[in-house]
Amino acid sequence: MKNGSPMLSIENLHSAIGEKPILRGVDLVVHAGEVHAIMGPNGSGKSTLANVIAGREEFRVTAGAIRYDGRDLLAMPPEERAREGIFLAFQNPVEIPGVSNLYFLKAALNAVRKHRGLQELDVVEFRDTVLERLRLVEMSEDLLQRAVNDGFSGGEKKRNEILQLAVLEPRLAILDETDSGLDIDALKIVAAGVNAYRSPERAIVVVTHYQRLLNHIVPDFVHVLVEGRIVRSGGRDLALELEERGYGWVQSPSAEVGEEARP
Amino acid sequence: MTLPAETRDRYLSAFERAADGKGRPAWLRRLRDEAKDRFLSTGFPGVKDEDWKYTSVAGIAEQRFEPAPRDVGGLSPSDVAGYLPGDAAGNLLVFENGRYRADLSVRRPLPPGVHLGSLSEALSGGGDGLVPYFSRSPANAFTDLNTMLMEDGVFLHVGKDVEVPEPIHLLFLASGGERPVMAHPRNVIVAGEGARVTVVERYAGLSDAGCLVNAVTDIAAGRSATVVHYRLQEDGPDAYHIASLRARQGKGSRFAAHSVSLGARLSRNDVHAVIDGEDAMCLLNGLYLGNGEQHVDHFTTIDHAKPEGSSREYYRGILDGRSRGVFRGRVIVRKDAQKTDARQANRNLLLSKEAEAYSRPQLEIHADDVKCTHGATVGPLDEEKVFYMRSRGFDESSARSLLAYAFAVDVLRRFDLPDIRRTFEEKLLAWLPDAGPIREFLHEPK
Repeated sequence: MKNGSPMLSIENLHSAIGEKPILRGVDLVVHAGEVHAIMGPNGSGKSTLANVIAGREEFRVTAGAIRYDGRDLLAMPPEERAREGIFLAFQNPVEIPGVSNLYFLKAALNAVRKHRGLQELDVVEFRDTVLERLRLVEMSEDLLQRAVNDGFSGGEKKRNEILQLAVLEPRLAILDETDSGLDIDALKIVAAGVNAYRSPERAIVVVTHYQRLLNHIVPDFVHVLVEGRIVRSGGRDLALELEERGYGWVQSPSAEVGEEARP
Repeated sequence: MTLPAETRDRYLSAFERAADGKGRPAWLRRLRDEAKDRFLSTGFPGVKDEDWKYTSVAGIAEQRFEPAPRDVGGLSPSDVAGYLPGDAAGNLLVFENGRYRADLSVRRPLPPGVHLGSLSEALSGGGDGLVPYFSRSPANAFTDLNTMLMEDGVFLHVGKDVEVPEPIHLLFLASGGERPVMAHPRNVIVAGEGARVTVVERYAGLSDAGCLVNAVTDIAAGRSATVVHYRLQEDGPDAYHIASLRARQGKGSRFAAHSVSLGARLSRNDVHAVIDGEDAMCLLNGLYLGNGEQHVDHFTTIDHAKPEGSSREYYRGILDGRSRGVFRGRVIVRKDAQKTDARQANRNLLLSKEAEAYSRPQLEIHADDVKCTHGATVGPLDEEKVFYMRSRGFDESSARSLLAYAFAVDVLRRFDLPDIRRTFEEKLLAWLPDAGPIREFLHEPK
């Protein structure tokens, strides 16, 4: 499983919103090819962790370090992280009226390609790429002409995130509650999009409250985040156990801090 | 504000020179006299005046504006070249400091039943046809000042059922010299029953010299007529720009007033539309951009006097630097104006901490079966959107510019003249900081 040095390593990460501490010492190591699920009750800091990795400035890092390919990730602005291959699928994708989805995708893709020293795609190449990916997430073509997420249903917004993922082809994808608000059919489509993206060079961190998404995107590792700390780590069975027993089980004082299954 | 003796004497002497013009009909003299008496007794409005609470015109009252000397004709064809209409059949009437420049204007054939010419020309023939459109209310100190001092402008009359296929362009240039000049253009646009016409009024300053532009445009849209009006203001950085647009709409008429306010240190845009016939539709759609110390005020009234009218009012402003935006949107629904459907939205984007916006919707509803909504927002860019774009690889400054651009384009996309829309999309890009990377957005194939 371990192919040399980790893609992402998080050490003793502390983060706060304003004065309120949210993350209180998170450690996580992710290698290329792995899928990690971060589970936890509401308010445990799952989304904060996802957003800190993507570079959201409202979440102040008060202690700890994150290394991405051995580099200091916290020193990079969000756009550089994106260009270096980090992608956050938002829990609540924002609407950007006035900017067409197609333009947005093209500008984003070209920003990434330029950074990697690749040629920018011309209109025809770009269109072909997008249309192919569009089929993957079963999205209607006219959503491309509409403004980014503007008036999209909850499910369309989530699928649009996965479309961006498929077009931008990042190395590290972080899915923040991508399953929330999806019916089972939409969930399957989204999961199929993510699974098509899986490869030995790429890694995925799935943040989710429920284990049902993990039936479709099968993780290699499951971590349970409670009150800003990873209190237990394990294999995919841990997710099933959580589903059965609830978060109260790991929150109880007797719950041991799981180190045994660290990747 | 009572006028100081010196100011009073200066405006009175300007009035005497303007009223001296030959061939002025008696009805106009009477109007001018009345306007002069009112202006000289009340003077300029002060901030204690409710309608001018957020906009001080002390800077206008204090400056020694004079009418431009008559012998000055500083403009050459090259000054006008950039404003020539893109459409080959369009007419362009050029005014320099409020005076018609036939030599710089471009005249092309118009359909039968259309009169287009300078106001002074129409008045020299007696101008009886103008009377009903000239003494219009509401009046304020600046419309009075315009009436007492106006020298020229445009008179457009489109006869019954005539459609003018190409827009008519009016260009008002301020070419100020060493001393601060003032101009009081006066335009009268009349669309007869079933007529259709588009008029583009553009104001621009060719020098940085201080000037006062005080324009009044009166529009009458007859039964089932369609009038589309554009007002594009790019006066110089030291200009004061005061404008009044007054429209009266007949039954089943459609009136759209699009505007962009970009220039002038202080601008005030009064729009007063009266829905005076059943089932009429009024659209006010404006964008304002402020920077530095600019002050930009839109003061609008839509008066639903008859039933089943609908009005849409969309104003958006982007304010940067230490600029200030003021919006007052008054909607009156008279007792008889049942089934009125009125919507108003004013949104202000503040790009700096020092910029300010005041937004005041005023709904006065006297009928009971109506739909009226309004909304006003003032705030900075949504940081969540900025982050979303950055997380997709956009650098921060292009993310901000693109979001601001998208905010403003919401107004421009309602412009149905593609040339004008493109021109002002470009001007918007030029105005925004670091908009270079998003320029291709304009040319993106849809």
